[in-house]
Amino acid sequence: MSLNVGFLIITVLKIAGLLAWVYGLLWGLGQRTWAAKLVTVVGAFAVIQLAISLPFGSVTLFSDFDSGLLFQACTMAMVALGLNLIYGFNGQFSLGQWGFYGIGAYAAADITYRWTNDDARGLLVVGIGVILIGLVILVVHRFLSQYTGVPVMSAFTLYLFGSIAAGAVAVALGGAGHAALAPLFGTKAAPGILQSPVVIQLVFFLAVLLAGAVAAEISFLFGLPVLSLGSDYFGIATLGFTIVVNTLMINSDTILPFPEMKGGRGMIGIPKLTNWFWAFAFLLAVIVVMRNMIHSSTGRAIMSVREDETAAKVMGIDIANNKLLAFVVGSLFAGVGGGVYAHFIGFLSPGTFDFLVGFNPLIIVVFGGLGSMTGTITASFGWIFFLEGLLRVILGQLGTEAPTWRFVLYPIALLLLMLLRPKGLLGTVEWGFLKAPWVPMRSRAEANTPPQA
Amino acid sequence: MAIPSSSPASPAVRARKPGARLAWIGKVFLSLLALAVGAILFRDLVRDPRLFLQIVISGLQLGFVYALIALGYTMVYGIVKLINFAHGDVFMVGSFVSFYAVTRFQLHVWPSALFPDVPYAVVVIVGPATVILLSMLVCVALAVTIERVAYKPLRDAPRIAALITAIGVSFFLEFFGALSFVFSPRFIPYQRPFDVVTWYAKDGIHLVTSAQAPPEGSITFSNIFLIIVLASVLTQLLLQFLVRRTKIGKAMRAVSFDKPAARLMGINVDRVISFTFAVGAAFAGLGGVLYAIAYPSIWSQLGILPGLKAFVAAVLGGIGSIPGAFVGALIMGQAEALTMGYISTPMRDAVAFTVLILVLLVRPTGIFGEPEKEKA
Amino acid sequence: MVFSAGNSPAPTLQIEGLTKRFGGLRAVGNFDLTVQPGELAGLIGPNGAGKTTVFNMISGLYVPSAGDIRFQGISTIGMEPFEVTRLGIGRTFQNIRLFPSLSVLDNVRIAYHTHAGYRMTDAILRTATFTQRERELTERAQDFLAIFNLDRIQNEQASSLPYGEQRRVEIARALASSPRLLLLDEPAAGMNPAEIVTLMELIHFIRDRFDLTILLIEHQMRVVMGICEYITVMDFGEVIARGTPKEIQTNPKVIEAYLGKGAAHAA
Repeated sequence: MSLNVGFLIITVLKIAGLLAWVYGLLWGLGQRTWAAKLVTVVGAFAVIQLAISLPFGSVTLFSDFDSGLLFQACTMAMVALGLNLIYGFNGQFSLGQWGFYGIGAYAAADITYRWTNDDARGLLVVGIGVILIGLVILVVHRFLSQYTGVPVMSAFTLYLFGSIAAGAVAVALGGAGHAALAPLFGTKAAPGILQSPVVIQLVFFLAVLLAGAVAAEISFLFGLPVLSLGSDYFGIATLGFTIVVNTLMINSDTILPFPEMKGGRGMIGIPKLTNWFWAFAFLLAVIVVMRNMIHSSTGRAIMSVREDETAAKVMGIDIANNKLLAFVVGSLFAGVGGGVYAHFIGFLSPGTFDFLVGFNPLIIVVFGGLGSMTGTITASFGWIFFLEGLLRVILGQLGTEAPTWRFVLYPIALLLLMLLRPKGLLGTVEWGFLKAPWVPMRSRAEANTPPQA
Repeated sequence: MAIPSSSPASPAVRARKPGARLAWIGKVFLSLLALAVGAILFRDLVRDPRLFLQIVISGLQLGFVYALIALGYTMVYGIVKLINFAHGDVFMVGSFVSFYAVTRFQLHVWPSALFPDVPYAVVVIVGPATVILLSMLVCVALAVTIERVAYKPLRDAPRIAALITAIGVSFFLEFFGALSFVFSPRFIPYQRPFDVVTWYAKDGIHLVTSAQAPPEGSITFSNIFLIIVLASVLTQLLLQFLVRRTKIGKAMRAVSFDKPAARLMGINVDRVISFTFAVGAAFAGLGGVLYAIAYPSIWSQLGILPGLKAFVAAVLGGIGSIPGAFVGALIMGQAEALTMGYISTPMRDAVAFTVLILVLLVRPTGIFGEPEKEKA
Repeated sequence: MVFSAGNSPAPTLQIEGLTKRFGGLRAVGNFDLTVQPGELAGLIGPNGAGKTTVFNMISGLYVPSAGDIRFQGISTIGMEPFEVTRLGIGRTFQNIRLFPSLSVLDNVRIAYHTHAGYRMTDAILRTATFTQRERELTERAQDFLAIFNLDRIQNEQASSLPYGEQRRVEIARALASSPRLLLLDEPAAGMNPAEIVTLMELIHFIRDRFDLTILLIEHQMRVVMGICEYITVMDFGEVIARGTPKEIQTNPKVIEAYLGKGAAHAA
């Protein structure tokens, strides 16, 4: 029963430091001048990068274990922010984030895995597919907007079959394109652009973006019929979705034609291309995009649906479209998070995307405060570092079975939280960059002559 | 500087065609889907009727067990609008209690331990019945405790808080059970409180013995199947009687309809809610024992998937409706068995939830459900 | 304004044969109503007469079982609620439906969502279009609030306001979407006599100021008789009387509906 107190103190300090870093980043981004924002971003990036790579003697400030936790925290933050958009801001109870996380992870992994194994078809097929399906969606949408009150099943059928057709075309084109461009790509023996490290970075970037796009398009197709069901049923349907996706992962080499994914055994050999730069960049992008959305008319419309659907309808808001928008964007974030995750861990096992683990983002979002982006980010970082980091190590030192104890302790902590502070740690409070801009009152003198109605 | 105001009757809105014209697309798609599924099933039936019937039997067995669990979900949701995620774990506890009763205390044969002259027939009925009753009791105690400690304080809190708590309780039961001094993290081979007796049906019904194996082309079924069907049907009838004919049943219906009004009518709402949880847990416990008897391998996370499927079954049938839960469970059982038999075992979970999604799309309130009306 | 074949403008609202059944219950049957442009019309009747159901059908929240609703000559049957609103019909509710945790300003800004002047991509990329249009939108909302003396409380959370103020915000919000027809569902509910006087003044003010047509459900007879120019009376889902306030006050059928049989004789 030996507790390394020094280790304990250092870990607590790391967690505190990390949270301070998060708040500093948000505060700095919230400054008015572009110069200040730029300095903040570069500084924030540099601080952690140094902690990871600068050796103090023979150790770095952030060990490999720590940076692993850091990347996990970043990806979890992306997924949780997506869920907060769907549930905290839009009011739709979704248990499907984990499914999209998994889809994003596998999609991105497949692209880069194939690329680094002399097969550009992954990138080509997914890239072309995403574009074609996007076009199909736009065309069908155009067609359907001539009508009012289209039955959901009919709309869904059109989108579904259009997408399947587009997908088939993409597969054909991708295969043809790969064969046609083979000399350009080269192979391991006679290298072409396939092996160039710069190109590989680009491919990784595209893979993550495409992962988000794939997740977004699937969430569009799935969300269209399912969002009209109303909150509880929607939640159950999304839970079903996550389970179905998980089952498909386990059977990815039998039912689905992806032998490299190796089904239940797990996909290995994914190039570990995620480094702090990418994790930070994608996380920052997600934060900025989400914040910009929320602090705009779109964001207000999204929140109005949560507040009172009937009133929102009567204010001219297309509820169905609105919910779909939040759902698609939220799923996109999850997909991007998945892509980043896959490339930091290097292998994917369907067990990671089990629906039970999928409750984590929900707990994090509720814990941090539904409707608070700051709370979500804080809770994500805190969660990963505290639960996976601190607790696991502490309890690990207390005995071999102790790591399981953390799964006993955290429900208890959850229970206490719900009893004592059901609104979550931060409620709807935001900080720095994420805070809604304060609108000063206009003096009557400033006011124009009141507008004609 | 002013933003142009909306012109009355903007042309885009005016020119829209009625979307109902496109309704045929969705209907055609669903009909084709139903036809395809029907055709496949029919083909399988015709190709090998024996196999088909055998699968149907195993589907019924599974379905009736799911029904027992589903009842608890639907009753609790009907009365407090809570998806009791921990219900599946109560089911698991039931199976474990029976396991310990049998292995540690030999409870399944206690009459003959105390009274050596008791005829075998009595022992084989009383013993296992005691085991089952004990499991049910423990489950009831557990569920009522959970309700009082974790759910009741949050009855007026936002729904999500209660839901997260339910998830927390579920996790707690699973992982606490996984600790070695409790249940253990491993799979445990289950010891049945009574022996399995199998019959086969071919030119009449015959007993399967070590001397007489079931011949080719016969359909087999066991006493487990019969007991499960019997127990489930009796439970359903008992519950219908309870809800329709007794005072407490009336109180349950009143509370699920309008809680504040029920309270004003003098109904002790807390007691009714606890009672509902208790009844649901009792059936879950029964289901737990029967499930373990049918599929003799238990572990601490046993309750997750069956619990979820039972919940899906309740939704399918119309959540809040007791006959609905029953019908939904039978459908889920069949879907799962057919998938296992004709497609593959790993796909059974996916199919089960796909069924859910399809039903929700076609009839969102479930088979027996009533649409919720909102007053503007 | 939309003109019909003749020389007179089409009625703002024309309802014919409107029927709504909920399962076996007929909530509204054969309901006819015409509201002329600029009119301040009232819809009254005992509780459960079907008045709010009619409103819900006009707003598109319920689908009628039969009948037609024409707004400025255009049939709104089958339209989604948001389409009806964009067509030019605004509405308030019996139980005030503000967006509770949003500020007063945000409540009103949502009314401008459909003509914000920028798209979501502008918002995400924070283009100049976004910055400018958002500022314009905000200023417009603030000016609008000032008309109702609500600009002082623009940053207050809607749910924290006193009841009377919430009602004013709801009306202001409904007007912010520039409707031609405003449906007010029991706006005076829960108000004390002083607040009712203010409300009546407000309704007159907005009708003149915004060139509106107003259809009003109300139980407070003072309000109805005081401001309505033409009244339709409902009971059991059907129209039982129509006319000016004077005519309605002395109509025996109306008295019977409200006070029961025998009261008509006594009157």
